[in-house]
Amino acid sequence: MAQVQLQNVVKKYGAVEVVHGINLEIADNEFVVLVGPSGCGKSTTLRMIAGLEAISGGDISIGDRVVNDLPPRHRNISMVFQNYALYPHMTVRENLGFSLQIAKRPQAEIDKAVDEAAQILSLAEYMDRKPGALSGGQRQRVAMGRAIVRHPEVFLFDEPLSNLDAKLRTQMRTEIKKLHQKVKSTIVYVTHDQVEAMTLADRIVIMRDGHIEQVGTPLEVFETPANTFVATFIGSPPMNLLSGQIAGGEVAIDGGPKVTLPDQFAGKVQDGQKVILGFRADNLMPEGHAMPMEGASAEFEMVVNLSEPLGTETLLFGSLAGKEVQAKMLNPRPVADGERLQFQLDLTRCHLFDAETQQSLR
Amino acid sequence: MSRFRPPAWFVLLLPAIIILAAVVLIPLILSFYSSFTPYKLTRPETLYKWIGTFNYEKAMKSVHFWSAFGRTVLLLTVALNLEMLLGLGLALLVNKVTYGQRALRTIMMFPMMFSPVLVGFQFKFIFNDNVGLVNNALQSLGLTDRAIPWLVDGQLAFFSIVVAEMWSSTAVFAILILAGLFAVPRDPIEAAKVDGCTPWQSFRHITLPYVMPFIYIALAIRSLDVARAYDIVQIMTNGGPARRTELLWTLIGRTGYVDAKMGYANAMGYISIFLAIIFTVYFFRKLNAARSELGMAG
Ligand SMILES: Nc1ncnc2c1ncn2[C@@H]1O[C@H](COP(=O)(O)OP(=O)(O)OP(=O)(O)O)[C@@H](O)[C@H]1O
Ligand SMILES: [Mg+2]
Repeated sequence: MAQVQLQNVVKKYGAVEVVHGINLEIADNEFVVLVGPSGCGKSTTLRMIAGLEAISGGDISIGDRVVNDLPPRHRNISMVFQNYALYPHMTVRENLGFSLQIAKRPQAEIDKAVDEAAQILSLAEYMDRKPGALSGGQRQRVAMGRAIVRHPEVFLFDEPLSNLDAKLRTQMRTEIKKLHQKVKSTIVYVTHDQVEAMTLADRIVIMRDGHIEQVGTPLEVFETPANTFVATFIGSPPMNLLSGQIAGGEVAIDGGPKVTLPDQFAGKVQDGQKVILGFRADNLMPEGHAMPMEGASAEFEMVVNLSEPLGTETLLFGSLAGKEVQAKMLNPRPVADGERLQFQLDLTRCHLFDAETQQSLR
Repeated sequence: MSRFRPPAWFVLLLPAIIILAAVVLIPLILSFYSSFTPYKLTRPETLYKWIGTFNYEKAMKSVHFWSAFGRTVLLLTVALNLEMLLGLGLALLVNKVTYGQRALRTIMMFPMMFSPVLVGFQFKFIFNDNVGLVNNALQSLGLTDRAIPWLVDGQLAFFSIVVAEMWSSTAVFAILILAGLFAVPRDPIEAAKVDGCTPWQSFRHITLPYVMPFIYIALAIRSLDVARAYDIVQIMTNGGPARRTELLWTLIGRTGYVDAKMGYANAMGYISIFLAIIFTVYFFRKLNAARSELGMAG
């Protein structure tokens, strides 16, 4: 059993606090992804779990043990580093077997574990090469192999795919997913790529400036973002956000049209409250090129400044109340720049955030 | 009429060739030639008498030569190993220091700034049996009431020379190894920690292989240094007493300039150069092996 718990974990470098008391519970065998913009403290958090960075406050426990003062070697973890961190003077075979060698396991057992890892990651051909003679993707797999031979309780991945090209990245993403199904263990995975986060995670942890903004399944954070930051960070293109005010049963977009207050927010807002209306491009479509909208919808006109045909759909960049708004067009037809179209907004899929706190009003 | 015109590159290189010939080639050939004559500085005409390999045979059969040879190899082995270990330790300590490391590095290099002759005088005084610091200190502390003959007893004199060598040159190792430690990347060390290594195991399996090439460079440089060791020993003991600390080059120097037997001295010189070459080749082999181990060799 290897659940991981972070309680009020703080990290300070000198006087600078970079992680501000985060709380997180990761269940056994769960695949948790930490995402967030650069510098938000993802690596620091991961390194604290690994024991490579001392914590300045709070408690970290792995399994039933509090590991605050335990050196990495006693934590039963494996880590895959962003830049592989292979041992350059050892062959692939030695790299893979190193941890078992250090643990003084019998040679037969080491060989078996190494061969098994090589099998899973198709490394058999390269076993006698040094890392210097491998491509980036191959090194990546060695780094992964080195992590799995130990059968640790917890895997820690720090942006393992960031150095790979797009194709290899997709391929390795699938490999990691398969790996998790094969070797059941807890995984904490750091990335700043939200697609990686969405595809891999059982649960996503979104961080910003050393705080956790939201924790949830990929669908939860996509469909019910806790605040405007998560709303724009998760999903591509980012959610459209327009500021406005509650007026009667309507949301009056500043300098723009009024839309009916979506049902899901009835009773949760006060008249005159300043709010931010959020909706994704997928829920704003031109008339005649939209999905049938079953629930309530709003209609308004918008000028299209630019269109990006993607094949099955076209991404439209319009402007509404002086702000850029993105919309999607199904069964696309060519759209001239500057064309004025009638749009339909799916109100059931709209979000409202408080303008002051930026938190969701749901 | 056609005159011979040397190619342009030859003309351009000619000054360099002439200078090199004058200062390197001619002395080299001359000394090599003289090692086949009974040349004595006091009797210049002996330079023209060819005696074949007589001097070499004489050296090969000479007990003095071989004991000096052996002692040089011994000094080289003992001093280099001790300096290497001490330098490694020093470098590891200095590497841990975060505040004032620059100053420390500079201080560490002080002994290298002393002329070896001065180091010789300094340690001659320190180990002097009557007025020396060591004996005074030992006697004041009541550890002994005799005057220990540091520079007179054969083994103690050898020990004193090793100490002087170490004092003056451990810094060479420390500085080079420190440079090596700076070059060790942090990631593999962290990976090793996660992989279950104790601090000693990380050092043994990760840090040391990175530092090894630097150690071999230091060993190569220092082995040449010690193989031609002359000044410190010359000052401290003059190879004596009764040849007990005679090294190759003090022997050769004495034979050439005191006994004036230049031809014989040159013959011994050429034999000992082999010693230096063998050590250098050996360490460079090791260096290349260590580098290719790290995937650094071309
Ligand atoms: N040794 C250090 N001393 C001081 N500040 C540090 C140190 N290491 C990291 N930081 C700071 O801590 C913050 C978090 O860094 P961290 O490496 O965890 O970011 P990250 O989320 O992993 O970013 P990225 O996606 O760019 O890797 C950053 O603002 C960084 O400047
Ligand atoms: Mg990082």
